[in-house]
Amino acid sequence: MSVETHEEVHRHPAPTGFIRKYIFSLDHKVIGIQYIILALVAVLVGMTMSLLMRMNLSWPGTHWPILATLFPTGAPAGVMNPDFYLSLVTMHGTIMVFFVLTTAPQGGFGNYFLPIQIGAEDMAFPVLNMMSFWITLLGFVVILLAIVVEGNVRIGEWFAALGPSFAGGSGTVGPIGGWTGYAPLSAIGKIAGPGQGAGMNLWVISIAIFCVGSLLGALNFITTLLNMRTKGMSLMRMPLTCWAWFTTAVLALLSFPVLLGGGILLLLDRIAGTSFFIPGGLYVSGVLSGTNPNFPLHTGGSPILWQHLFWFFGHPEVYIAILPGMGATSHILATFARKPVFGYRAMVFAIFAIGLLGFFVWGHHMFISGMSPYSAIAFSVLTLSIGVPSAVKTFNWIGTLWGARIRFTTPMLFAIGFVSLFVAGGITGLILGQSSLDLAMHDTYIVTAHFHLVMGVASIFGMFAAIYFWFPKMFGRLMSESLGKFHFWITFIGVYSIFVPMHVMGLVGMPRRFSTFAEYGFLTKLHPLVLFVSIAAIMTIAVQFVFYFNLIWSLFKGQRASDNPWEATTLEWSTSTPPPHDNFAGVLPTVYHGPYEFAVPGAPNDFIMQTDAGAEVTSGNGHDGHKH
Amino acid sequence: MATMVTSTKTVTKKSTGEGSKFPGPNGNGSKRNGHDFFDPESRANRYRIGMWVALASITMLFTALSSAYIVRAGGASDWVSIAMPRVLLFSTALILISSVTLEVSRRSLKDSSLDGYGRWLLLTMLLGLGFLASQLVAWRQLARQGVYLSSNPHSSFFYLLTAAHAVHLAGGLLALIFLWVRSRLATERKVTARGQAAADAVTIYWHFMDALWIYLFLLLFLWR
Amino acid sequence: MGRALAVIIWIITALSVLMFVSKKWWFPATISEHGPALDRQFMITILVVGVSFGAAQIGLGWMVWKYRDTGKAGDRGLYTHGSNRLEVLWTVITAVVFISLAIMGQTVWASLRLHDAPPGSYSVEVVAQQFQWNFHYAGKDNVFGRTDPKLIDDGALNFIGLDESDPNEKDDAVLASLVIPVNRPVELRLRSKDVIHSFWVPPLRFKQDLVPGMEIKVHFTATKVGQYELACAELCGQNHFKMRGFMLVLPDNEFEPLKALPQAQFQEQVKSLLAKYPIIID
Repeated sequence: MSVETHEEVHRHPAPTGFIRKYIFSLDHKVIGIQYIILALVAVLVGMTMSLLMRMNLSWPGTHWPILATLFPTGAPAGVMNPDFYLSLVTMHGTIMVFFVLTTAPQGGFGNYFLPIQIGAEDMAFPVLNMMSFWITLLGFVVILLAIVVEGNVRIGEWFAALGPSFAGGSGTVGPIGGWTGYAPLSAIGKIAGPGQGAGMNLWVISIAIFCVGSLLGALNFITTLLNMRTKGMSLMRMPLTCWAWFTTAVLALLSFPVLLGGGILLLLDRIAGTSFFIPGGLYVSGVLSGTNPNFPLHTGGSPILWQHLFWFFGHPEVYIAILPGMGATSHILATFARKPVFGYRAMVFAIFAIGLLGFFVWGHHMFISGMSPYSAIAFSVLTLSIGVPSAVKTFNWIGTLWGARIRFTTPMLFAIGFVSLFVAGGITGLILGQSSLDLAMHDTYIVTAHFHLVMGVASIFGMFAAIYFWFPKMFGRLMSESLGKFHFWITFIGVYSIFVPMHVMGLVGMPRRFSTFAEYGFLTKLHPLVLFVSIAAIMTIAVQFVFYFNLIWSLFKGQRASDNPWEATTLEWSTSTPPPHDNFAGVLPTVYHGPYEFAVPGAPNDFIMQTDAGAEVTSGNGHDGHKH
Repeated sequence: MATMVTSTKTVTKKSTGEGSKFPGPNGNGSKRNGHDFFDPESRANRYRIGMWVALASITMLFTALSSAYIVRAGGASDWVSIAMPRVLLFSTALILISSVTLEVSRRSLKDSSLDGYGRWLLLTMLLGLGFLASQLVAWRQLARQGVYLSSNPHSSFFYLLTAAHAVHLAGGLLALIFLWVRSRLATERKVTARGQAAADAVTIYWHFMDALWIYLFLLLFLWR
Repeated sequence: MGRALAVIIWIITALSVLMFVSKKWWFPATISEHGPALDRQFMITILVVGVSFGAAQIGLGWMVWKYRDTGKAGDRGLYTHGSNRLEVLWTVITAVVFISLAIMGQTVWASLRLHDAPPGSYSVEVVAQQFQWNFHYAGKDNVFGRTDPKLIDDGALNFIGLDESDPNEKDDAVLASLVIPVNRPVELRLRSKDVIHSFWVPPLRFKQDLVPGMEIKVHFTATKVGQYELACAELCGQNHFKMRGFMLVLPDNEFEPLKALPQAQFQEQVKSLLAKYPIIID
């Protein structure tokens, strides 16, 4: 396990001041941790919102005194009103998708470990990297402002100076539009009702800012991976995590500009009176377009155009959220199965196939939107074909476990959980991707169940696996295994209890984004199920605080970790714990093996590190088929 | 799975690990030992790759806006084509010339002529500024005719696309200023590899902005 | 640990499958011509989904159950980098199954959406608005009166902007409920006054967005008499959850005389029919 080829490289001077070291740091590791902290804060906000939503759905009309204090406008006398619920829906979706599922897997873990895993001392453009974090953080601040600007009169007044469409204080809590912000509801402004004022402007601006931050990040990831791999780190020797981060970056690079473009058009419709998405002759809240200063004349815009632009981004976004989780899962499964990844090359192709196909299926969100019924057929067939590479990945994960010697550590439990949840969530795509069935399924709870399981929970499981796995490398201490396992068991059972019942709610026909189901007779029989889901959700949310506690406790009191506590093979484990400022203390590693050389017959240990020059291995660097 | 052969023929290969021997098919980055963050060749590669990647993303932005343009132009009854402000021909001429001057500037740098580099860079900057000013004049001309951002879809797209292009071009202009200032401040009057790499990357960007303008110009006034 | 995890995975799998198989919470009985075919396609799909889900989870559980680390020195896992034969095999199988499913999944869609409403269909104009449905009936002459957004006046109850000067308008009626004949194709001309709404009647197995600025024509045939709930399925603002309407499917002997009634009596008659038919909720 020795690094024999040493090459002196110029070192970055390590910064000494607190601000340059921890705040405006150029070090990809610090930036990665900053992204993870952002995601940990954002997920707390998003999770609290889901708790409030479940409370409202299961116990409508109940007085929650604390809510009256916290949200005097959204929950007067402690009873949540429909606007409050809908702005929770909107903010929960937006914060979770953008500031959790896009930041932690890619900006967080990707930033920290991609350079180390390919043997680079930093990202290609450290300054851009720092900027991408701070821009993303700005986006988060703006999205939080979107909540306060509507509810808080004083803050609303400050924003009113920006123009009439920014005048807030409409008495709601935040913007209302769902995370998809369909025009023209999101485009026509305050006239469309509560939640369509200044908060919606800030929602659009926040997303545009986020796009810019993500683009800078993607640019950095791609360049780093293409240009900065160390000696011997051929593409097919890269850990699967790197392939996943790379593909994710390509998806982000090509899809975020489209959302940015759409966002600019939407903002112009809102504040400059253009008609990109707003058709003519609208009559809203008793006012005809063009007859009132609050509702300028609009003509000829296309609401469906927004949907095309949004979903052209929105579908790849799903893969942006989950691909890093897939990478981490493959990586962690192999490590604790003590076996090479089964079908490494097929895994790489599958990641690429998923990424590529992901650009041609956005129309399956729009079967019943009024677009051409012929294009629906093409989108439908393409959508179901994404199932093929997804199935290939699943088979290979199970193949990786076949004949393994599994070590059931907490990260391994979460990785196995990921596989289980990915199957459970992904497989219903076969139902939802069919245009015929979508006539019954569209915008019901089966959709909610499907995407929460696959892009929400499965991705989060990937991230839990990642944090338990890499925490010792990042902070030099192991996280508590017993707390971690407790966290796993309850969360695993909890998320299934929440989301499986939602599927059958969808079959009954329960529509999404309803603040109460009391209005409809056909939904009454679902009330016990709604209550069950809420209880499961409260239980699952509660146990996340065990995770937060574990995180903080382990930071100070966790068992000290060696350089390679998991006996893993890839480069991050060949450097010291935590890694020095330039990752390899001035000596870039040389790579001799594929990433997952476990259980090599005849080798002294059951793992051979990528840097291990002396070891004898089969020619297998991952891409040869099985030798017969 | 039962059919699978589980034994493995071990084709052993001794990795000696001598520095001179290339252990893998790809040393990547530089031909030397792996990449090196400060290695000039590696840095030039990095700037070039980064620039093309950035241009891919800018292309996607303008593709999205153009497809919105085409969709909006196709289905609309409210489309009123705006007359092309004549000054746009002048803008087009300016930006075309600026590409040439920047190319001359870059070649001067290659020929190690720092003075020529600075002079041509300055000229390019002035041409770029001229382009932006000329675009502003076009806006003013339209506004004087009473054609504003929200007047009709064609004018909305005209203002939007020209503004989006101008913002990107202004970014390029800042980069030119940065290059120029650095070439003035250089203590050793010689061309550094880093300066060359940066100049190359900025030139790619500038040419791209030139081509993008021609494309937008044709889109806006041929497809209407 | 491994055994516990395997057992948990299996229990979750069994309970999840049970939740579907028990059909305790299931689709309401279908009332449309295309409904049975759609339900059949769903059953085929859910079978594929259920078998794949079950097989994958059982397989995953099995690996977890069987291949624990024994802790014995020198006991190592299987050294294999995969099998191209297996990769090809499962890629081909899943591709064939999934793509056949996708193609089969187009039949109902194609029958409903790729052609116009058959001749002789009964047409109703639907104009949605924040948070109410307006159904515009052509009356005896079967010609819809002219509408114009400029004439809309919610205060005067002219919700869809009917032009009173149009002779075709005289016998038209605008109601908050949808009344259609049974076993006869119905064409809906969907429009929206303000934002996107979606027409959703669960037992009908039918949903379509109403997009402002567009008139979207769709058609279906209801096959069972009764009154059904109608919901909005696209977030349309504050009171989205309250945008409830009713669809009344009438037998010919009640529908034909109703259709011929003049405006005021038509409304009265619909009111009494709505009271007559209980709401069918499953």
